[in-house]
Amino acid sequence: MSDVRELSFSAAIQEGLAQAMEADPRVFLMGEDIGVYGGAFQVTGDLIHRFGEDRVRDTPISELGGAGVAVGAAVAGSRPVYEFQFSDFSMLAMEQIVNQAAKMRFMLGGKVSVPVVFRMPCGSGTGAAAQHSQSLEAWFGHVPGLKVLEPSTPEDAKGMVLAAIADPDPVLVFEHKLLYKMKGHVPAEMYRTPIGKAVVRREGKQATVVAAAIMVHKALEAAEVLASEGIDIEVIDLRSIRPIDTATIIESVKKTTRLACVYEGVKTLGIGSEISALIAESEAFDYLDAPILRLGGAESPMPYSPILEKAAVPQTEDIIAALRDLVKGRT
Amino acid sequence: MYLIRRFEEMAEESYVRGLTHGTMHLSIGQEATAVGICMDLSNADYITSTHRGHGHCIGKGAEVKYMFAEFFGKEEGYCRGRGGSMHIADPATGNLGANGIVGGGLPLATGAALAIKQRGAKDVAVCFFGDGANNEGAFHESLNIAAVWKLPVIFVCENNQYGMSVSTARSTAVKDVATRAIAYAMPGVTVDGNSVADVAEAMAAATELARSGGGPSLIECKTYRTKGHSRSDRNRYRSKDEIEDWKSRDPIPMFETELESHGVATRTEIDGLRESVEKEIQDGFDFATKGTDPVPASLMQGVTTTGDMQGGVAT
Repeated sequence: MSDVRELSFSAAIQEGLAQAMEADPRVFLMGEDIGVYGGAFQVTGDLIHRFGEDRVRDTPISELGGAGVAVGAAVAGSRPVYEFQFSDFSMLAMEQIVNQAAKMRFMLGGKVSVPVVFRMPCGSGTGAAAQHSQSLEAWFGHVPGLKVLEPSTPEDAKGMVLAAIADPDPVLVFEHKLLYKMKGHVPAEMYRTPIGKAVVRREGKQATVVAAAIMVHKALEAAEVLASEGIDIEVIDLRSIRPIDTATIIESVKKTTRLACVYEGVKTLGIGSEISALIAESEAFDYLDAPILRLGGAESPMPYSPILEKAAVPQTEDIIAALRDLVKGRT
Repeated sequence: MYLIRRFEEMAEESYVRGLTHGTMHLSIGQEATAVGICMDLSNADYITSTHRGHGHCIGKGAEVKYMFAEFFGKEEGYCRGRGGSMHIADPATGNLGANGIVGGGLPLATGAALAIKQRGAKDVAVCFFGDGANNEGAFHESLNIAAVWKLPVIFVCENNQYGMSVSTARSTAVKDVATRAIAYAMPGVTVDGNSVADVAEAMAAATELARSGGGPSLIECKTYRTKGHSRSDRNRYRSKDEIEDWKSRDPIPMFETELESHGVATRTEIDGLRESVEKEIQDGFDFATKGTDPVPASLMQGVTTTGDMQGGVAT
């Protein structure tokens, strides 16, 4: 029975948080409206009733202070999980995440660890416009000392939250808001999704798509459509932005000879830019039969209009067209 | 206090002689605050420090030989030569580190106090910060959170009158930083930061409150750095008379006089202490100059605990 158990993405995260809190009294949650409100996206839900307000701790609307308190508590022996209500609000706390949490272990000669987790609801598609819809994972992926994860399935969402809490370093988990309601198989036991390991979601022979979060699902849809045209696409779910699992991507590209990177964050200097460069520098470059393709977010703030919002990020039909060109050549 | 003074004088000399690089921020003239605050703390009590943090580090119990080694960029240094003056730290004595960001330590100390409270301990976290930091958002957010959650944290403002070159009169709307405690419903007191006794007395009240579950306090220590902000300072923003006036209130001779007049120490004992400090400084300096340089291949050590990435790539 357990292997067919299904949970939503948000319920999977909540189950992971609860299991971590049951297993380790040092683990606690902090964030804005995560208590009786249950979190803006109901991820913490009723946890306050199970664990009390000291361990499911509502903070003032005070991101710099709140996130910094989480960092300080982590250094001093607690295991905080700080929820940014929207990952956009982490801009207010960049100082504590980037200057303090990421660097502290290194600056102090390895004498401290900073086991803090930041949960980062991200992404567009909710009509929340420019300040509530960004995909900023590449920014944090640029910072040595941080680990940056981005689950695409409920199973990984739970496993990554548990891996992040168990990790001795600061970890950011980017949760695409449109995935929260998605259902999927989630094992009931405690388990950790390995940090730094991508996974092949669909095997194929003619082109590799590297995607993360919701773009994995769009890429899989595109691959399904293209399969009916006789085009065989491999889809890699990146899962970890930092560190990046280059080995899996290189192996795949050597096999398929074509690479497309699909990501929601702004295209320029984004995740796909890095993956493109990694492949261009690797032995897989000699195997390429076509230029590398990037499909990323538009070079604009996220618009409010649903028509424009859709136009600002790669859609399934964009991916289908681009992959068709990539494999068949432009017609 | 001697140890701090002599350490910093020797550190400055080392810099002038080209033995250290980078920059450093000297706290000469401010020693009474570091000592008065730290004297009754244990290793289980935390401090977070500032870019002007040598005195806090020594006050909390660090050994000068490992501090010199850090300044010289050696593996034997407190931070294995990775931090330098601006990130000097000694977690073993509860010092979570100096900070290169003005106000950076305020949320960290508040968080450390939360961890103390969560494990039911009676320890305290002490946050040193300067007058410059009291206009940062981190100051206001941290004091508010500490008060709302009644955390055992003591905020210690070392008001040395200038945030780099800008005086508190030109930067801060209130005359005394301690009055800002009113906004966060915690005790706030302004003391003579050049008087060990005054600082220690205020600290004793604050730690008693914090250890008994009464929550945070703010102590403002009015003091003065007689040296410039950093190596680049040409002292264009203050007068010689002002500096000389503060030098006449140097906390070290003030404290010596106090000790003698109360019969706590004799001149002979004080001179003996000065001599032992000279030896400790010279020994520490010698230890550091003979230290081990890091090898370039060790660069990635400590970036993460698990060390499973090189340049962001999983290995």
